[in-house]
Amino acid sequence: MGAQQQESDALEARLARCREDLAQYKAGAWIRKAREEAEARLRAMGLPGRRDEYWRFTRPDLLAAPEPAAAEPFETDEALVFDEIDRLKIVFTDGRFDPRASDDLTKAGVGIEIITLLEAAEADLHWAQDIFGRLEAAGQSPVPRPLAALNTACARNGVLIRVTGKVARPVSLIYRHYHTHSDAMLHHVVRLEEGASLTLLENGPGGARFNSVLEVDVADGAAFDHVRAQGRDHDRVAATHLFARLGAKSALRSFTLTANGRLTRNEAVVTFTGDDALAHLAGAAVGDGNSGDFHHDDTIFITHGAERCESRQVFKKVLMNGAVGVFQGKILVRQGAQKTDGYQMSQALMLDGDSQFLAKPELEIYADDVACSHGSTTGAIDEEALFYLRSRGVPRKDAENLLVLAFLEGAVEEIADEVIADDIRLRLQGWVERRG
Amino acid sequence: MLEIKNLHVKLEEEDKEILKGVDLTVPTGAVHAIMGPNGSGKSTLSYVLAGREGYEVTEGSATLDGVDLLELEPEERAAEGLFLAFQYPVEIPGVSNMNFLRTAVNAQRKLRGEPELSATEFLKLVREKAKELNIDAEMLKRPVNMGFSGGEKKRNEILQMAILEPKMCILDETDSGLDVDAMKLVARGVNALRSPGRSFLVITHYQRLLDHIVPDVVHIMADGRIVRTGGPELAREVEENGYAGILEEVA
Ligand SMILES: Nc1ncnc2c1ncn2[C@@H]1O[C@H](COP(=O)(O)OP(=O)(O)O)[C@@H](O)[C@H]1O
Ligand SMILES: [Mg+2]
Repeated sequence: MGAQQQESDALEARLARCREDLAQYKAGAWIRKAREEAEARLRAMGLPGRRDEYWRFTRPDLLAAPEPAAAEPFETDEALVFDEIDRLKIVFTDGRFDPRASDDLTKAGVGIEIITLLEAAEADLHWAQDIFGRLEAAGQSPVPRPLAALNTACARNGVLIRVTGKVARPVSLIYRHYHTHSDAMLHHVVRLEEGASLTLLENGPGGARFNSVLEVDVADGAAFDHVRAQGRDHDRVAATHLFARLGAKSALRSFTLTANGRLTRNEAVVTFTGDDALAHLAGAAVGDGNSGDFHHDDTIFITHGAERCESRQVFKKVLMNGAVGVFQGKILVRQGAQKTDGYQMSQALMLDGDSQFLAKPELEIYADDVACSHGSTTGAIDEEALFYLRSRGVPRKDAENLLVLAFLEGAVEEIADEVIADDIRLRLQGWVERRG
Repeated sequence: MLEIKNLHVKLEEEDKEILKGVDLTVPTGAVHAIMGPNGSGKSTLSYVLAGREGYEVTEGSATLDGVDLLELEPEERAAEGLFLAFQYPVEIPGVSNMNFLRTAVNAQRKLRGEPELSATEFLKLVREKAKELNIDAEMLKRPVNMGFSGGEKKRNEILQMAILEPKMCILDETDSGLDVDAMKLVARGVNALRSPGRSFLVITHYQRLLDHIVPDVVHIMADGRIVRTGGPELAREVEENGYAGILEEVA
């Protein structure tokens, strides 16, 4: 049997299971349509295969396979990230909305409405129909993202959030993982109306295998802050997609912390449709290949389709003991997107000679008056700095840790909220102190 | 007391001997100076004492109050009371100067089995010492040595010394690149630290620093050896005749 046949069998198997699963629930016209269209898109492109150029550095097998591989939940007594932050909690356990563990969504507060996808799906019409699966579909060109189409076609759970005001209290999506074989799929939509603002937090592994799509529509003058911490389970695998459409003078800031995880692919597809907007994407990934495989992939695609927009990518990875880091980042500046300011930096700090960092930075520019820069570096700990610290009495390991955290700080400081940033710093500090 | 006996050092990477039998003793409480032409091995001596990698000691010894320095890790030497003010202080992006200072103080206290300073105690200490050295609070917030002028870097070295209170201070060309006012400030900082329990080894290329930090003994280093030892007048001789004259005499 050829590889192609295997891939199409895998696709049919997954679609058959998702149809079986969805058949048990009422689905209104809008969502049926979105799912059917996504399925058609997916059939046209097929699941990602090893020969796909876009998957050259990351093997999609575990993400595409009909069944998830086993992953033990990570047990810890430590307080979880964001626990100290006043927030509205929405909990999903192995991909299912958990109303008892969640706060009352009808009491989300002024300027914000939240409904679960399960509930919204029952209606024949919903405001989310203009966004759900639409931003994902738009993000399929020029590069297909089949796992996102699969998600639109199959996800039963998620939340739809509409923000009309400046909401101070963050909404926190918590993804718990209990079952060793859970295959979790979540699809969220956030719509920020003109001038609105929201901070969305996400944390937790989600399941043994996790596939999530977050579609964010940021209207003119609105601001969306997104901070995410992916779970510490060693064997989990995850494919996440963020699709964002940015109106004039809007802002998107998204930061992701990843520690552990056998395989993580985080894709972000951001499109500027209005002038004078900004998008800051950042990530700090730390991986120790000794506590299980670690493969982490950031794949970013930013399209400047409007004038005077600023995009900024700062991705840092600390790798040791055979960990693998991947960065694929593209800035596409369309004709007419004058005064675009595009910046992209991906850096890996290798704590030993066994690890690997693969980077593919790309710029494609069709406007003449733009300032775009990009860079990618791979390096070891600075020996001069290490000696300087040690000569002041700081033991080697502590000195190394200080330098590792300093390296990551460049990504962490992209987080606007200092309290949230400090929480992330604490997690990173925990990781460096625990490392072997 | 710092005792260096017949110290021979070569580069690890190549077969190049840089120190060719250094003999030097700095008694407790004394201030000694080492002068010498560029390339004579002054910085190498200071690095080897501090424990920098890249050098191989092929012969000889170096002890501080009887403790074999060469056996110790750099951080252990620091905990024993050795301090090197770098000729070229290192820039460390992402680590605030304040965080660096606190980490260093508490690391040394921990290595010596002393309790860590509380945040308030530490702040009080830093503010007081920084004020004496004319270091403003902004400089403490910035990453270590990043964007510091030459003078600020050197003052920052002295600040670290003042906070860590080492018993053996090695200053490697702390005067280089400083204007007269900055040099006076640095010298004042150093002089304030002079005490019966603390020794100094002041490395300098020029005599002018020694007008402000007056040494008990002056050594001349050339080609990896101490070739002459005398009183402060030796520094003035260098000033008047240059190294050439003195080296000819020795040869
Ligand atoms: N890491 C090194 N690699 C190559 N040469 C070195 C190294 N360190 C020192 N040297 C050489 O050793 C000699 C002494 O240098 P140094 O100790 O810096 O002298 P000084 O501080 O007296 O000017 C010089 O010839 C210098 O080029
Ligand atoms: Mg020198």
